Amino acid sequence: MKEEIIIAGFGGQGVLSMGKILAYSGLMEDKEVTWMPSYGPEQRGGTANVTVILSDERISSPVLNSFDVAVILNQPSLEKFESKVKPGGILIYDGYGIHHPPTRKDINVYCIDAMEAAIEMNNTKALNMIVLGGLLKLKPMVSMENVVKGLKKSLPERHHNLIPLNEKAILKGMEIIRKVE
Amino acid sequence: MKEDIKLMKGNEAIAHAAIRYGADGYFGYPITPQSEVMETLMAEQPWTTTGMVVLQAESEVAAINMVYGGASCGKAVMTSSSSPGVSLKQEGISYLAGAELPCLIVNVMRGGPGLGTIQPSQADYFQATKGGGHGDYHLITLAPASVQEMADFVALGFDLAFKYRNPAIILADGIIGQMMEKVVLPPFRKRRTEEEIREQNPWAALGKPKDRKRNVVTSLELDPAIMEQNNIRFQATYKRISENEVRFEEINCENADYLIVAFGSMARICQKTIELAAEEGIKVGLLRPITLWPFPSEAVARQADHVKGILSAELNAGQMVEDVRLAVNGKVRVEHFGRLGGIVPTPDEVLAALKEKLM
Repeated sequence: MKEEIIIAGFGGQGVLSMGKILAYSGLMEDKEVTWMPSYGPEQRGGTANVTVILSDERISSPVLNSFDVAVILNQPSLEKFESKVKPGGILIYDGYGIHHPPTRKDINVYCIDAMEAAIEMNNTKALNMIVLGGLLKLKPMVSMENVVKGLKKSLPERHHNLIPLNEKAILKGMEIIRKVE
Repeated sequence: MKEDIKLMKGNEAIAHAAIRYGADGYFGYPITPQSEVMETLMAEQPWTTTGMVVLQAESEVAAINMVYGGASCGKAVMTSSSSPGVSLKQEGISYLAGAELPCLIVNVMRGGPGLGTIQPSQADYFQATKGGGHGDYHLITLAPASVQEMADFVALGFDLAFKYRNPAIILADGIIGQMMEKVVLPPFRKRRTEEEIREQNPWAALGKPKDRKRNVVTSLELDPAIMEQNNIRFQATYKRISENEVRFEEINCENADYLIVAFGSMARICQKTIELAAEEGIKVGLLRPITLWPFPSEAVARQADHVKGILSAELNAGQMVEDVRLAVNGKVRVEHFGRLGGIVPTPDEVLAALKEKLM
């Protein structure tokens, strides 16, 4: 098993922390893991992205030509990464952030109205966990049990009271992700 | 999952490994992409546990001179910075080498010259391996290619520095510093006691007992005849290091038709390149220098006997390629591929360069 994933959006949308939770969940499953963030000026308000690789084998390059899955939360990131999805791969986008949806026909495109759902939940910070739920529905690469363990590892203890909320958001994401034909 | 496996950034691993090594002091000044080294040390507060001093100096220059002071007393002391900050430290590093002081320096390189970018680069290869400051000296230069090696090379760097009484440097870059991977942290060692330091480092300036002459730690010697003898002694040390401490890794080098030489993050990228090449039926091996100085010249020369061409892949305009060419000595074609100023190539870009330049 090897999943090469890019998660990209605006700084502040929780892109890096979503990657981190995924990476910690992978660690709990005893997988090899790399988490490679963009740490440049874009992290401070512009676009942010993170490459997460989960694998059963030793991971070579943390820098990749192309990805099995792209999780895209804003238009500039779609323009940057749509062409980098492997043929037959998966692209997930948030309907709220994307005005010109993906056009490729050789990949599987999914839409998740995560921002809408987050607003309904009265918690826009849950956006990234809703998206993570959608991703895990399509690619059950880590178990829910290990995601919760991953949350515990990556969140500071003072935020552990938020874990049930995050779980709820993940389940919501699993419900609302839909294929775009 | 074993409890001792952690997920952390390379910079964080350096900090934890320093505490666990039993380092006596860290002196630094923040700069991206290595600020997490000092941030982690400050968060861990080792002065409350092991007694390790962690101090944010007023500048990089102050920090390296604090290292000089600590090292003069035989303490295990270190500093870290990124490229522009390491340039500021060069005078102090030359003094440390001239005074034969052990210490550990960490450079998490970013794109230059000048203030440059904050993105990954390997353009300080010359600076680290050829001296950097003034005078005939070398630093023991370790190039980690994973978060695990960031952790492991702290102890290795300190041990080699003390073994040869010479500064050691960990030459990493923004990728290795910023990415998170699994790491098994080294076990805790006790900090050396004053008695152990006196016994192991009889040269240390720790106060003069009655039964010996005073210890003088200095790089200054105005008599050129003595200064020449000092230099001859330094060169003898460098020769011993070159004979005993060369480290490298060879991946798929047997029966390879082409060879890539790459270190640090580029070696990781090139591991994928050789996988991609194998899918196309091209046999490419990877030689990864782990010590950049001393450089694994003999290992490179051995590969030159059977490959059709060598590509030195670096995040710079062509620095290590000079050492590769010296090692190969014209036996086979050696080309360079690099991206500059903080741009990192993808594995297929390296493969395309290999085909274009060597096939």
